[in-house]
Amino acid sequence: MSKEAVLILGARSDIGFAVARRFAQAGHAIQLALRDAQGFEDHRRDLELRSNVGVTLHEFDVLDSAGIEPFLDSLPELPIVVVCAVGTMNEQGRSEQEPDLASLDMRSNFEGPALVLGAIANRFETRGRGTIVGISSVAGDRGRATNYIYGAAKAGFSAFLSGLRNRLTGTGVHVITVKPGFVATRMTDGLDLPEKLTAAPSELGEAIFSAVQKGRNVIYVRRVWWLVMTIICAIPEAIFKKLRI
Amino acid sequence: MKLSGWGRYPQVECTLHHPRDAHALRDLVTQAGAEAPVIARGNGRAYGDAALAPTGTVSMCAMDQMIHFDAQTGVLQAQAGVLLADVISAFLPRGWFPMVTPGTRFVTLGGMAAADVHGKNHHIDGSFRSCVVWLDLMRPDGSTVRVTPDKTPDLFDRTLGGMGLTGVILQLCIRLTRVETGWIHQHTIDAPNLDAAMAAFEDNPDATYSVAWIDCLAKGAALGRSLVMLGEHATLAQLPANLRRRPLQLPPKPRKAIRMTFPMCALNRWSVKAFNALYYWKSRRKTNSFVDWESYFYPLDAVLGWNRIYGRKGFVQFQCVLPLDRSADGMRALLSEISAAGQGSFLAVLKRFGAQDSAFSFPTEGYTLALDFPATPACLALLTRLEPIVADHGGRFYLAKDAVLSAQRLRETDGRAKGFADTRLAQGEAGVFSSAQSARLKL
Ligand SMILES: Cc1cc2nc3c(=O)[nH]c(=O)nc-3n(C[C@H](O)[C@H](O)[C@H](O)COP(=O)(O)OP(=O)(O)OC[C@H]3O[C@@H](n4cnc5c(N)ncnc54)[C@H](O)[C@@H]3O)c2cc1C
Ligand SMILES: NC(=O)c1ccc[n+]([C@@H]2O[C@H](COP(=O)([O-])OP(=O)(O)OC[C@H]3O[C@@H](n4cnc5c(N)ncnc54)[C@H](OP(=O)(O)O)[C@@H]3O)[C@@H](O)[C@H]2O)c1
Repeated sequence: MSKEAVLILGARSDIGFAVARRFAQAGHAIQLALRDAQGFEDHRRDLELRSNVGVTLHEFDVLDSAGIEPFLDSLPELPIVVVCAVGTMNEQGRSEQEPDLASLDMRSNFEGPALVLGAIANRFETRGRGTIVGISSVAGDRGRATNYIYGAAKAGFSAFLSGLRNRLTGTGVHVITVKPGFVATRMTDGLDLPEKLTAAPSELGEAIFSAVQKGRNVIYVRRVWWLVMTIICAIPEAIFKKLRI
Repeated sequence: MKLSGWGRYPQVECTLHHPRDAHALRDLVTQAGAEAPVIARGNGRAYGDAALAPTGTVSMCAMDQMIHFDAQTGVLQAQAGVLLADVISAFLPRGWFPMVTPGTRFVTLGGMAAADVHGKNHHIDGSFRSCVVWLDLMRPDGSTVRVTPDKTPDLFDRTLGGMGLTGVILQLCIRLTRVETGWIHQHTIDAPNLDAAMAAFEDNPDATYSVAWIDCLAKGAALGRSLVMLGEHATLAQLPANLRRRPLQLPPKPRKAIRMTFPMCALNRWSVKAFNALYYWKSRRKTNSFVDWESYFYPLDAVLGWNRIYGRKGFVQFQCVLPLDRSADGMRALLSEISAAGQGSFLAVLKRFGAQDSAFSFPTEGYTLALDFPATPACLALLTRLEPIVADHGGRFYLAKDAVLSAQRLRETDGRAKGFADTRLAQGEAGVFSSAQSARLKL
């Protein structure tokens, strides 16, 4: 018998799937929600084989706000933990010129995830139990020239998670904000990332699993990013605006 | 980006790819050519430059799906990037263990096949090839061939131990072995010198696992002083009652990680000596004991990133095998040279291999010696003194550990190298699959 289910939104994400593996390893049933769910059958089977737990696939598009309630109703059970790994990151330069692209990043990183987690929060609150994990980004801690559209959406998402946590404190429902720095995934393929600051997806899996066990509020992965961002946020705006970092 | 093997020496600027499926891989292979060859990379646990290609290093780590498991026969079908560690976590709780395992579990199945790895049971079960039912190999033209010992014996023989030079392994089907518990019943023999150590191996040919840890600083009459460790999978009935309740589960242990790179001086002669002595005495305390699988097979895995203790320059590993009839003389000569140099190796391991006859795999009947050295000028010089001793005794070197061998030395010590290289040319493999190692060794 598997333990209570964990729902992964955006399960094709390298980070999301690593999180799924970690919870499956701990014996939880897994609900994988993603676009083109059928094409993910091999991954579903992989999880089942590795961990001997029940794994189900669910069609899910974060931009379909009308579909949220039917999607939640269709799940085999209300999960005990939900992890949202959905996100897009278009090239900043292009987003500056093409409003549709900018809008896509804003909606996929903020609006969509916030609406679906909000709906889940209501159900968790009624039940009186559950943990909501949102994967935001260090890019949301301060807007920078090279990725402020993505960063602004993540900033919105971080603020949403912070407020949700505040609202739900005392209800039995807990909210965790995850702020990865660099992670070697499909999103960053081809970028030459500094080794010491770059986490493998499995590190995110471990960090998120442990944050859920311990009921942490905000985590940076790798942890050194907390220091990096504290310094970046402390730079006075008059100086910051002239920097290219 | 700069990549290296586990020894962190040499470091080579490489273009790294992460194909996620056979299509993406096929594009990389068909675009490769003599000017820009590619090589597959697993988890980078080969010590030297076997999994590095400046023009195209193809990480298989994203292709890590398990595909099928037959709970009756213990046959697992999985993609090449699956880690052995994950196979153990998935199937040991169901009573299955790898038939052949190297001294670390952080290797991929593809890397195990390409190096045709051996474990402490080589004299009984042979190398990794013994458990491979078939494998799917991407050839130079981008086509995929199912390679089996029966239907494609030549390609099978060349691919197992072929160090990625015949193609890219996509997935494989391997046999696991049944175990009742996750514990090993270990018997330790105290061997005061090399003769005693070798006698211990020869007297215990039926022990499933056997390996010796050598104190490389012992000299004179104590030359080759070792602890010979024999092991058997413990049955449920053998286990003490307190372990019998959850025989396949281990209590979780804290794992230490080494992220910082140690300064070289942390590992001078004296600290190695202290470590050697400590290890010798600690292990001497008990001759019979139950050891959990993790501590028994993978003592080094408990310290993640331990390769960094050797400092920035990295380290090299030396592993050779000498034929049985020349082993006693040859090992004595090697150990004398090593102990005289006083560059005490952190780890020195001696093991008896069983018979094996293969196209390019490392093992052959005799004794194998493996040791680590920091990549300092003094140690690299010592290596150049050890090489001729191996050559003179009819021995050869393990490419999964090698970072320094010359093409000439390889041909001198391994009569199969020329044939292997010729076949690679004839099959069109040489122009597509090439590593920094194969370029150095002219394979
Ligand atoms: C601590 C430690 C202990 C070890 N103990 C042992 C031991 O006891 N016995 C032993 O035999 N070895 C041992 N080794 C060596 C190790 O088992 C081999 O080097 C193994 O090949 C590493 O696997 P990998 O996945 O890391 O491959 P890599 O190091 O990434 O690659 C090794 C070779 O395999 C090839 N390769 C990798 N994946 C593929 C693929 N999918 N298709 C085709 N070729 C591929 C590469 O081209 C390269 O030539 C040890 C290594 C360490 C670090
Ligand atoms: N990689 C990093 O360095 C890094 C750093 C900080 C934060 N993050 C965040 O970490 C999370 C996971 O990213 P990742 O690195 O794992 O990259 P990824 O593999 O690209 O994952 C992003 C996932 O979001 C999904 N997605 C996008 N739009 C969607 C939609 N409309 N509906 C449903 N799913 C949608 C994508 O699904 P499809 O496969 O269907 O396109 C994709 O699987 C993201 O929120 C990202 O912003 C990543």
